[in-house]
Amino acid sequence: MAPNPKQKPKLPGLISGLGVTFRTMMKPAVTVQYPHEREDPPARARGVIALKEENCTVCMLCARQCPDWCIYIEGHKEKRPPRRAGGKERTVSVLDRFDIDYALCMYCGICVEVCPFDALFWSPEYEYSEPRIGELLHDKDKLGEWMQTVSPPEPLEVGAEVKGKK
Amino acid sequence: MTLDFRTEALLQKHLADARINVELETEGMVLNIGPQHPATHGTLRVVVKLDGERVVSADPVIGYMHRGYEKLTEFRTYPQITTLINRIDWLSSFANEVPFIHGAEQLMGVEAPPRAEYIRTILTELSRIATFVLFLGEMGLQVGAITPAFYGFRDREHVLNLIEAATGGRFHPNFNRIGGLKVDLPSGWIDDCRRVMKKIFDSVDEFEDLLVGNEIFEVRTRGIGVIPAGVGAAYGVSGSNLRASGVDWDLRRDGPDYLVYKDLDWRVWTHPDGDSFSRYWVRMQETRESCRMVIQMLDQLPAGPVMAKVPRIIKVPEGEVWVNTENPLGEMGYYLISKGATGPFRTKIRSASFSNVSILPWLLKGVYVPDIITILASLYFILGDIDR
Amino acid sequence: MTALSLLLPALPMAIDLPWGAIVAIKTGIVLAIIPAGALILGYVFLLKMMSHMQSRLGPMDPGGFHGWFQLIGDGIKFIQKEDIIPAEADRRVFAAAPVVVLISTFLLYIVVPAGPRLVVADLDAGVFYALAVSSLSVVGILMAGWASANKYALLGALRAAAQLIAYELPLVLAVVGVIIQAGTMSLQGIVHFQQDGAIFGWDGIGFPLILTQFLGFLIFLIAAQAELTQTPFDMPVAESELVAGYMVEYTGFRFLFFFMGEFGTAFAFAGIASTLFLGGWSVPWVHGTLADILGPIVLFTKIMLVSFLIFWVRFTYPRFREDQLQAIAWKYLIPLSLANILATGIFKVVL
Repeated sequence: MAPNPKQKPKLPGLISGLGVTFRTMMKPAVTVQYPHEREDPPARARGVIALKEENCTVCMLCARQCPDWCIYIEGHKEKRPPRRAGGKERTVSVLDRFDIDYALCMYCGICVEVCPFDALFWSPEYEYSEPRIGELLHDKDKLGEWMQTVSPPEPLEVGAEVKGKK
Repeated sequence: MTLDFRTEALLQKHLADARINVELETEGMVLNIGPQHPATHGTLRVVVKLDGERVVSADPVIGYMHRGYEKLTEFRTYPQITTLINRIDWLSSFANEVPFIHGAEQLMGVEAPPRAEYIRTILTELSRIATFVLFLGEMGLQVGAITPAFYGFRDREHVLNLIEAATGGRFHPNFNRIGGLKVDLPSGWIDDCRRVMKKIFDSVDEFEDLLVGNEIFEVRTRGIGVIPAGVGAAYGVSGSNLRASGVDWDLRRDGPDYLVYKDLDWRVWTHPDGDSFSRYWVRMQETRESCRMVIQMLDQLPAGPVMAKVPRIIKVPEGEVWVNTENPLGEMGYYLISKGATGPFRTKIRSASFSNVSILPWLLKGVYVPDIITILASLYFILGDIDR
Repeated sequence: MTALSLLLPALPMAIDLPWGAIVAIKTGIVLAIIPAGALILGYVFLLKMMSHMQSRLGPMDPGGFHGWFQLIGDGIKFIQKEDIIPAEADRRVFAAAPVVVLISTFLLYIVVPAGPRLVVADLDAGVFYALAVSSLSVVGILMAGWASANKYALLGALRAAAQLIAYELPLVLAVVGVIIQAGTMSLQGIVHFQQDGAIFGWDGIGFPLILTQFLGFLIFLIAAQAELTQTPFDMPVAESELVAGYMVEYTGFRFLFFFMGEFGTAFAFAGIASTLFLGGWSVPWVHGTLADILGPIVLFTKIMLVSFLIFWVRFTYPRFREDQLQAIAWKYLIPLSLANILATGIFKVVL
């Protein structure tokens, strides 16, 4: 057998095994007693997806790219007055329904990535379990509430390339 | 009379079960280990025919967890598939993405920047450490010592927290993209990683003190489940199982160059006996080796971008490619056939555990019943990897 | 609570009661000790010590303070469960098996002394009686395995019976050295020998027999570990193996009886070990009524110490295979204990 790199003199295996358990017993336990105490997940943790409604243009890219098809979007087009006098009337898309079914969601993040208008954000919030599975369908307003839990973008590691505003 | 496909499938399943029952004669006792059993890592069923305490024949029945990955990939785009294949071998999920992404990159002719390759290698080795630390613990559990399992989970938490800090997900990072990585590492990650590597060194030493020198463990695992090198290679056993039989073969060094293993100073660990103890020992040494590799990579990490220039909608040009890598469980490979669409035309997934488990009928002949559990534990397969 | 219940045998001595009442009181006391001992051992060692050795906390919520109510709550849960008996099982034997195991535990407590006058029955052949009675549990286990009408239960019961019978011998032989040295088989006599004895003329701590009978103590502990089917000898009840062994068909309060029997026997064996090797209730200079009061507390402390050793080994080591287990008993423990007896005999005659 290859030698132990530390080259400590070894007790018979049975005794050193007892020593390991004894030493572990003397150290404090690592348990975090949830829900009395909780550990915060890192800022990038994929907990829940938040929706910034004003950025959404109902392009349907997220719903199309979702591997589970768990995003349900409905919208309609409305006419708005022109920006300048004498111009053409603008049509804007208005979001009617934006539901994410978290019972199906795989937490992959493809929807957040493909959104061209930065309307979807990750949030590390994870305490939203429900007793009834139907309540895991979060509608537009609930997704907007999650925006408050979104963490600000964090600095990257040394050596990362920092492009302009992404 | 034609039946609809569901009834047909049910009928075939019953016929297969009946065949197993008929082929095993009525003497001796037939013991059904699984599909729900704490010793098999998931829903593996081993139908074992016993003569007293000795096994006469063993028949693994797999497929309880078949999720149809190869069919799924026919109708998904590349980013969606990257999400799904995380879940093949869920304990070391980053390592599953790497060969697939490499295959797609080869077909596209895109090379990920060096920083991306380094970070990919670091995360692959972290997955290896996470899987093996859990193995060191739960093999103790299967042999009868309940304490090491808790140590395995406790020490794995550190690595999982690291992976979560970088990728956002503990078990399913979904971090690779064609051309590089999704985003760069957060600040402070490198120092955290160094601290965690120190902890892993200490914890592997703890496992060595607790189990490897333990006379009871040795008596339970030495000489049990010996896989001769020739038999192992013939059955397609790969990874640490083969290296524990003395075969000096590691795809990271002997296969085509992938990731940054050629820039590192590392060695391949083998053990001359092919028994369960040597499989445990080889994985223990490989954990330490992975820690050393990660520390080297953290020192050598180049600066730069993590994503190459790729179009927004990725359409991989036509072609076929075969990429295989050294995953923690063994050799994993993807055969990608692309016809120029946003998703592959066909993916064939060669998973390590499928071949590792195929040796069970040969291996389990003549062993005692408690040794079945030891052998199953030492082969270290994951059901998601077998059934895909 | 256990210390107090160990104290109560003194009560009948103080008041002049008819013989029947004394027997009834003593029976009641012993019946109270079994669950109390099982509870304390189970909570302290199985729940809390095991958890801290595994770097976790164990139960914390039941009862508010570090989960002391957990086992009592478990007991209540078991009692209110449905009593399921397999259709093909032999009903009477099935019901009687846990009771037999519990009776063997019960009979063990009769001879363990807790003070100079605190013993339920001070038999002259106390050690012999204790070891004989502890093998009654084998009968109970065989009954359980057979009556379950389950081939896995039967396999488990046969394995367990083979193991228990194999380890009876080292258990008995390890104690013979103590008997030779003390000159008596009565447990009170052995305690008095240790209390009043002297090591080379110095009677500071009496003469705990562990000093000369260290090998015997070790063999006794190993054999006790096997008798209690604890890891590393728990192949009959291996949890990550095929089935739960001979107890697989038992639910509810019948299972509770087995559980209490296991921990009650652990308590009793620890009591016998501390009496034979560590001096039992004796503190060297304390005699008379003070010993009656201190005795149970001292005995309880020594029992906790011995149980700590037993459970420490249980949580650390993997388990032996059945044939390796038998090999250890027959090839190593028995020759060692015979050598111990030989050496003790020689020294007793020579010195």
